[in-house]
Amino acid sequence: MKDFISKRAKTIPPSGIRKFFDLALTMEEVISLGVGEPDFCTPWNICEASIYSIEQGGTAYTSNRGLQPLREAISDSLGKNYGLSYDPDREMIITTGVSEGLDIAVRAVVDPGDEVLVAEPCYVSYSPCVTLAGGIPVPVPCSGKDHFRLNPDVLMERITARSKVLIINFPNNPTGAVMRREHLKAIADIATDHDLLLISDEVYSELTYESRHTAAATVGDLRERTITLNGFSKAYAMTGWRIGYLCAPEDICNAALKIHQYVMLCAPVMGQVAALEGIRKGEDEKDRMVREYRVRRNVFVDSLNRIGLSCHLPEGAFYAFPSVEKTGMNDVEFAETLLKEEHVAVVPGSVFGEGGMNHVRCAYAVSRKELKEAIVRMERFISSHRG
Amino acid sequence: MDEKDLLILQILEDNSRLSRDEMALMAELEPDEIETRIAALEEGGVIRNYTAVIDWDKAVNGEVAAIIDLKVNPERDYGYDRIADRLSRFRQVKSLRLVTGVYDLQLMVTGRNMQEIARFVSEYIAPMDRVRETATHIIMRTYKEYGHSFMDRETTERIPYSL
Repeated sequence: MKDFISKRAKTIPPSGIRKFFDLALTMEEVISLGVGEPDFCTPWNICEASIYSIEQGGTAYTSNRGLQPLREAISDSLGKNYGLSYDPDREMIITTGVSEGLDIAVRAVVDPGDEVLVAEPCYVSYSPCVTLAGGIPVPVPCSGKDHFRLNPDVLMERITARSKVLIINFPNNPTGAVMRREHLKAIADIATDHDLLLISDEVYSELTYESRHTAAATVGDLRERTITLNGFSKAYAMTGWRIGYLCAPEDICNAALKIHQYVMLCAPVMGQVAALEGIRKGEDEKDRMVREYRVRRNVFVDSLNRIGLSCHLPEGAFYAFPSVEKTGMNDVEFAETLLKEEHVAVVPGSVFGEGGMNHVRCAYAVSRKELKEAIVRMERFISSHRG
Repeated sequence: MDEKDLLILQILEDNSRLSRDEMALMAELEPDEIETRIAALEEGGVIRNYTAVIDWDKAVNGEVAAIIDLKVNPERDYGYDRIADRLSRFRQVKSLRLVTGVYDLQLMVTGRNMQEIARFVSEYIAPMDRVRETATHIIMRTYKEYGHSFMDRETTERIPYSL
């Protein structure tokens, strides 16, 4: 029999955490700081709205773009919160999570051979999506000395005549880094000078602790050359509902819509109804969760530094990204040994790209009690390996 | 009372057993300031006490509790305050509120058994001047108290890793 697997599928790397995953499943009493989702359940009013809508027979396809009232509510909210203005009928698509949004955005703009700059460390799907679209991912490392912000000089070094797109994600998974307006300005100038399109994944936009989120498309003249991706998973604790959205100038949005209608048709209606309830009436619950993350961040990051894992104060998302260099282990060894010896799961930073080496991602989206216990175990681990 | 005070109250309401250092980190204040602010909140009567949320059904102490609604004729010059003051002095009365609706005052009363509660109501509460009507509701089960659910839900398993 022939080998039926495509070359493209073969070039995509397997998950960097598979072995950790399998190992953790064999263990008892694992405290997982390895999960990239809120530990809260979706606020109950959101669940109720969706349950009621199912009872009323709301189980059919929606339009390709998604429910009109949801798009309008998103458009209003983006305007009110970030000063963005997107036409809900011509510049927006409701997607099946930001994951789909990223995929169709890349496929809408990337031709074979195009180089796509990817600010790393970052969520693991960016480069594979570029590869699947025939593009060439070009990592642009963000480093700890820049607080994991994208450094304009490093970006410049990676730009070539074939560069077409830049993908960024701030507040960042895995580092928690935030780019404020002044930081984005320098990137906007480079994008304009080199005629780059920006894909900005802003799914953690509601989770900022030091300053209000700056949407990339509001900086300089980026709006006309930006695809803004966002979604409900993180802010409203709605990961399993799979609802995101893509906003872009009309011509780009239409190109993405063609792909969306063939591969997805529409995002799940139950999730769209839930998202509508969330955006209309979920503000208080969302704020409550953000306050809680902030409290946990303060306690957790302080504790990490105290036990000898140096960690900058992350300004957004729900991740701490401490360096493990002082332990003499690299990030993979550290994560594996910590899991085996103390049953604490963290993710090696190198999984997220070269900028993440020698760091580990710790999600503090777990209860305060578990965070406290995790610190106890990590402290014991570090002192037992000090020799 | 500013935002930091409100934050301290929220933290305390959720868990009043944190150390002042832990609270300081959470509220982004110095430990000394936490202490001063809490002292002021206690002094001002905003913080009345530190207690525990107990599922008495599980503790099986055999006691019963009832909610008692009262219709009361308010008094000239004092409204409901004086009768509320008298009612609140009974040890059996755990909480007492003035509410809108059909009834005026709502009490929570505990006792060793239903007879004891019935006796308390008929001997002490109902005969009081100005009490026109009582309605006693025995509490059969408490599902949630002070924001804490007493339901034993199965927790959904989270996967150990997701990126």
